[in-house]
Amino acid sequence: MDKEAKRLYRRFLKRGISADQKKKMLSEINTGGDHNFLPETPKPVPGLYDRTYSDQSRLLELYLEPKPTLLLQTIDDLLAKDKQREKDGFPQKIRIGRLVKPGKNGQRVIVVPATTEEKFIHDPDFREDETGAGGQGKGKEGEVIGEQPIDQSEEGSGAGPGQGEGENHEIEQSAYELGRILTEKFSLPNLQEKSKKRPSTRIKYDLTDRHKGFGQFLDKKASLREIVKTNIALNSIDPDDIDTEELLVSPKDMVYRILSREKVFESPAIVFFVRDYSGSMVGKTTQLVASQHVMIYSFLLYQYEHLVESRFILHDTTAKEVPDFFTYYNSKVAGGTQVASGYKLVNEIVQKENLAAEYNIYIFHGTDGDDWDAEGREAVPELKKMIGYANRVGITVVKHGDSETEVEKYLKKSRLLIEQPKLIRLDAMTVDADEPRLISGIQKLISE
Amino acid sequence: MQLIDQRTKKIMEECKERAVDAGLDVGGETLEYIVTNRDLLELSPKVMIPTLYDYWVHDIEVIQGRGKYELYPSNPYETVINTRPAISFYNDNNPDWLNVMIFYHVLGHEDFFRKNTYFRNTWDIDFCGEALSDKRLITKLRGEHGRWVDYVIEFTRGVDNLVGYWDELSRNDRQEASKKLNKVDFFFDIFLQSVAEFKNDNLRQQIYLKWIEEYNRTGGKDAFFDAINNTWPEFTAKYNNYLKEVPRQKLDPIQYIMKNSRFLNEDKNSWMKMVMEVVRKTSIFFQPQIRTKIMNEGWASYWHEKLFLTDDRIKGHEVDFARVNAGVTAMPRVGLNPYALGLRLFQWIEELGDTNKYSWKYKSLSNAIERKNFNEGASRGQELISTIRENLSDFTFLSTFVDQDFVTRNDLFVADRYLDEDRRAWVWYVKSRKAEDYRQMLFDSLYHPPQITVNEASEVDGLYLMHHFEEKPLLKDFIHNTMLGMEYLWGGPVFLETTEVASVAPSEKGNKPKVTWQRVVYTMMNKKLQKRTL
Repeated sequence: MDKEAKRLYRRFLKRGISADQKKKMLSEINTGGDHNFLPETPKPVPGLYDRTYSDQSRLLELYLEPKPTLLLQTIDDLLAKDKQREKDGFPQKIRIGRLVKPGKNGQRVIVVPATTEEKFIHDPDFREDETGAGGQGKGKEGEVIGEQPIDQSEEGSGAGPGQGEGENHEIEQSAYELGRILTEKFSLPNLQEKSKKRPSTRIKYDLTDRHKGFGQFLDKKASLREIVKTNIALNSIDPDDIDTEELLVSPKDMVYRILSREKVFESPAIVFFVRDYSGSMVGKTTQLVASQHVMIYSFLLYQYEHLVESRFILHDTTAKEVPDFFTYYNSKVAGGTQVASGYKLVNEIVQKENLAAEYNIYIFHGTDGDDWDAEGREAVPELKKMIGYANRVGITVVKHGDSETEVEKYLKKSRLLIEQPKLIRLDAMTVDADEPRLISGIQKLISE
Repeated sequence: MQLIDQRTKKIMEECKERAVDAGLDVGGETLEYIVTNRDLLELSPKVMIPTLYDYWVHDIEVIQGRGKYELYPSNPYETVINTRPAISFYNDNNPDWLNVMIFYHVLGHEDFFRKNTYFRNTWDIDFCGEALSDKRLITKLRGEHGRWVDYVIEFTRGVDNLVGYWDELSRNDRQEASKKLNKVDFFFDIFLQSVAEFKNDNLRQQIYLKWIEEYNRTGGKDAFFDAINNTWPEFTAKYNNYLKEVPRQKLDPIQYIMKNSRFLNEDKNSWMKMVMEVVRKTSIFFQPQIRTKIMNEGWASYWHEKLFLTDDRIKGHEVDFARVNAGVTAMPRVGLNPYALGLRLFQWIEELGDTNKYSWKYKSLSNAIERKNFNEGASRGQELISTIRENLSDFTFLSTFVDQDFVTRNDLFVADRYLDEDRRAWVWYVKSRKAEDYRQMLFDSLYHPPQITVNEASEVDGLYLMHHFEEKPLLKDFIHNTMLGMEYLWGGPVFLETTEVASVAPSEKGNKPKVTWQRVVYTMMNKKLQKRTL
């Protein structure tokens, strides 16, 4: 219905009109104003000569319908369905997979769901007799034809120049996504203490201040309030029958929002990832520690809404800081182990950069439990120092066997785990742990 | 997804004429579609069948595919699907000369689908159409039964690699050959073969020949049967039993469950059988493709090369062609390329036919120089490769034609690697240039699902599956979930008898480690898996 017509109608109604007139007016208002003009181009008449209905194209279209994408579900739908499986009495099947492409300028990670369709198949790893691969070309039997580094990416770590902003952001974005999924799917705890929201040195501009008369963005609600106030003062408003047309509007009544400087409040976190990269950490142990650390990083990234800084520290008997996760993941040495060296470096960094005052600090340490300092004479004091400032210290021990490792032993002896359960956690698993085990490990390390 | 334009279609039709002239059977009408890379990502989880039923695992693969594509963008050239009329997909950014090459390749595939005997049950099927009606059926059932449809799909797919493809394939043959053998043929073809004394081939041959002589001597008359009866008094009874025997259709595990599961045959669950049938049918349909991959790609590569080079329309693009073609058909230094291997085999077989080396005469030669110079100029190469593409599958193809001559001619070898701890590198070396090693390596790469059948004779209360062991144990990690699904469909306990490694004795100097096997039974009951040693 036309507003203009309606207003007119109301005005006439006030003056008083006959019932007949009223009916006429209403019917006119209600027709909707469509005079049924012919459209400019006539619609094609379906029939023999109509190209769009010609037999061939019709049939072919039919043939390929429906499109393969018709029912495509999003990750979230799929995960919701997966949760339902448990209720129906079948194990969940979707795992969160990661595709990683190493490159000179750091790596790109993409988070994808993954699943396996189990069938009875021959064990592909079982070979009584290695049959090798096919090959073609010159070379006598037994002759070496080439070699291939075990970690092809080792030299390509991201320390080089030109590490583009955009790319980093991309990793972060997908890690954030992984964190979100981990939090939702595996019900990882939401961190209670997002505490210590503090003004930072960062400033942002936002449309928060109000200003009368001019500005960037009209605040309609506030303006209307002012107009009503003015009109009440002028006594030109009748609460029983408000006719906005009759209201007076002074230029000063218009309220605008204008751009203003705001301090940013944030509760930033810094995560130290410490990894034992000694000789004993070959293969699966490193893989387990690294993938658990990726998930922890993603989880914290989500919890702190991107405000997470991470530092990577590797240690054998001495410790060093490395610039990115890629180097962190891929480095290997064949040295001995001294856990204390890693802890000491973390403490040094925190002290030197005065991080404790500014940040929520998390420290995660992955090791296979060997320590040359078997009594923990150096490690335990460093740990105690650490607990003084950290929100949480999480230690993952990936054991080669079932027996208790040195790290576990001296931690137990120090009674830190019992006295400070909020600040320090230990999770010990064996090398055959799978992804669900890793995630329950994270729960143990992170939960309140 | 749209049809190629008229101009490109004209090029295709001209290619078709040339292919038909060269002796290929491309079967009339074909449909060609332009697809984007994105379309292909969505098609590939459905094995390129646009109308295949929806299933959430496909969705996961699509999402994964998109992620992969973001990291590693690539341009697939073409795909053909085996349906009537044949459908093929193309990238939208190919130049004409490349399209010509691709068209020839596609026509090679279409001919292979239409001629190779392993595809014979698909020859008359418009699979896209069938799949579409199946898809609609499943969509409809999903509307009625929701997620339970997906569970049935999942559990049936868990055993869809055990489908009785060979039984389906031979069913037509069996009907033709169902008339019974006469007494003499029964004696030689069945009875004599199964007598227990013949443990080795040599003995078998000797005794077989002895009885042939006996037959010739007596003229196959009563005296012959008397002689048999003297040796094996049970012969006549066995023959009578054989006459009474009615050949039974063997049921694969899916069929067996559909027929005998009490759970599925309850009225409220009988819709599940429709879903199972769709999954089973789809699996059977794809079986010949996976079993003829090397031949199929080799055949198509052979023809695209041959026809492209004789095509007068694309003069001037020989160099471009050579680059692309080399990319497709080059043998890698280490690794396998089915296109390259198949192509070389067909070229090799053509040469065998042309020189008449594929003959008894050649095979019985032992003089190396004579073998090398052997050439009877038979010019039967084309005929020979056509016959081969009609009658063999990858396994028979490789086992027949990968011989020492072929391996030597193409400089093929089996490569292996060892770990050099100091240099932190895998070192690759030539392990063997023997044809038998190379062939074994190829066999190991072929598709070979385990042979698992239902043991109907078993007296346990439940579904008893028997794994016919071939020196390869099953993957343990998958047993639980697969059996869980079967238990659901069967509606009762499920047993699996298989063989596992009991112990491995460490290797002694150069010998391979000795494995001791043991027979075990897995039981899935009330969603709990248990194992016991027999």
